[in-house]
Amino acid sequence: MSNSLIIGQYVPSDSFIHRLDPRTKITMIFLFVIFVFFANSAASYAWLTAFAVGIALATKIKIPFILRGLTPVWFLIIFTFILHLIVTKDGDILFQIFSFPVYSGGVIQGIAISFRFFLLILVTSLLTLTTTPIEITDAIESLLDPLKKIRFPVHELALMMSISLRFIPTLMQETEKISKAQASRGVDFKTGPVKDRIQAIVPLLVPLFVSAFKRAEDLAMAMEARGYQGGEGRTKLRELKIEKRDIFSFIIFGLVIIVLFLLRV
Amino acid sequence: MDISFKQVNYTYQPNTPFEHHALRNLSFTISSGSFVAIVGHTGSGKSTLIQHLNGLLRPTGGEVSIGPYQLMPGKKVKDIKVLREKVGVVFQYPEHQLFDETVKKDIAFGPKNFGVDYEEIEKRIPPILDAVQLPEELLERSPFDLSGGQMRRVAIAGVLAMDPSVLVLDEPTAGLDPRGQKEMMDMFYQLHNAKGLTTILVTHSMEDALQYADHVIIMDHGTKYMEGTPEDLFVQKDKLQAVQLDLPEIIQFLRKIEDKFQVSLPYEGQTISELGIQLKEHLKGDVTDE
Ligand SMILES: Nc1ncnc2c1ncn2[C@@H]1O[C@H](COP(=O)(O)OP(=O)(O)O)[C@@H](O)[C@H]1O
Ligand SMILES: [Mg+2]
Repeated sequence: MSNSLIIGQYVPSDSFIHRLDPRTKITMIFLFVIFVFFANSAASYAWLTAFAVGIALATKIKIPFILRGLTPVWFLIIFTFILHLIVTKDGDILFQIFSFPVYSGGVIQGIAISFRFFLLILVTSLLTLTTTPIEITDAIESLLDPLKKIRFPVHELALMMSISLRFIPTLMQETEKISKAQASRGVDFKTGPVKDRIQAIVPLLVPLFVSAFKRAEDLAMAMEARGYQGGEGRTKLRELKIEKRDIFSFIIFGLVIIVLFLLRV
Repeated sequence: MDISFKQVNYTYQPNTPFEHHALRNLSFTISSGSFVAIVGHTGSGKSTLIQHLNGLLRPTGGEVSIGPYQLMPGKKVKDIKVLREKVGVVFQYPEHQLFDETVKKDIAFGPKNFGVDYEEIEKRIPPILDAVQLPEELLERSPFDLSGGQMRRVAIAGVLAMDPSVLVLDEPTAGLDPRGQKEMMDMFYQLHNAKGLTTILVTHSMEDALQYADHVIIMDHGTKYMEGTPEDLFVQKDKLQAVQLDLPEIIQFLRKIEDKFQVSLPYEGQTISELGIQLKEHLKGDVTDE
């Protein structure tokens, strides 16, 4: 199993954030993503960062774990920073690296943009860390409900999503298991010429496809046997419900946004 | 090849909320040529243990030696391929690893990877087919056209074709019917004796452990709970039940007989028919005493 990438990995806990209605979380993150683009002063960035860090603390998940999970995107963030440093030509020349002039505007732009990027990724990973895939799917189905009026297949979309999400861990386990079995038969996935390594994928992919198709068939049969016939008239086992804490969160979030606008220049 | 574990620890996903200590301070030795059973409740670390035997996992603490090879934390094994050729591993549900167009190609896949030449592979296949009881006609068929039991035999043949000197079996009979289970275990036992293999069997079945193994290691929560000969271990009912293991049926039966007829019949590895004769003599003895 991948140890570094945590985007999409749920960490169970009973924190306030975990217990929020998934629709609340998705809506707030959606709004946050928009409002991040309104930040334009050091104070406004600091304010949003404080808010995001506050939420991260409230999840009760260890901060080093959250940050380590962002490792793959650190690279992108640094890359963005350097790009802005080189490309932007506003303000005074501060100093030169390898005969590239670095402008003060570039430094400010670089910091602002990579900070924005960091905030976006942090809050979205907080969503998946505190919300099960099933909850996310239910929330999306519920939020997209109005689209049913224009015959958009909301239920089918949500079903597809939840089935895919359900089988991702299974598929990962299977991949690990089969690659270990083939490695035991002398396949080398990690070293050797690229051509050989590409060939080494065949003994991995064929069994994976075979079992995925078999699983799909079994699942379809099991659903039919239990009388599944689409979304029409289907009731839910888990009803989503807006509680006091969701309203409370929206009020806090509203206040955060108001302060953000006050801190803008 | 002698195998030894010295204070081995293995932790999955260390330093994350999902951290799991699957093996703790595990030490034992397995001498070359022995038949060892590893038993334990689900999740006790059996599969994690056996993945150390061919270097799929490296211990996160302690040391594993397999013949001349040593696995230690943070140190890559140089000729891991040679180790993997010597130690054949049959995973749980090995039929899931089949992929090639024909049964023959799939069986030849392992030895080919290890650089065994074509003629040698051709020579190895017939006796292996014989051992796993597959007819030659199947060689040109697709492995995906076979029955579940046949697929498993093909997968096992694929491991045997590597000509390993250590054979590791992870619950090889899971999901087979009782007769298939017995056939398969008999087959492994014959191979063990005929080829002088070191065999390591992970199993749930106390009967199999009793019948085939000369040494048993009982695992519980990643540690070694008990170790010894099956005759010594499998009479300690209370200790076994503490880790959700049952006595083998034959020993349960002996216990009942002992209770019922007030005779003492110690278990010394007798077969059912030997026991029958002993029991008859005991009971007769009782009659003449009166
Ligand atoms: N890839 C993995 N990542 C995290 N934990 C694992 C992984 N594989 C096994 N485990 C955990 O390690 C423990 C031992 O598993 P395993 O060795 O498969 O036990 P057994 O074969 O005795 O049933 C189990 O609790 C299992 O959940
Ligand atoms: Mg297992």
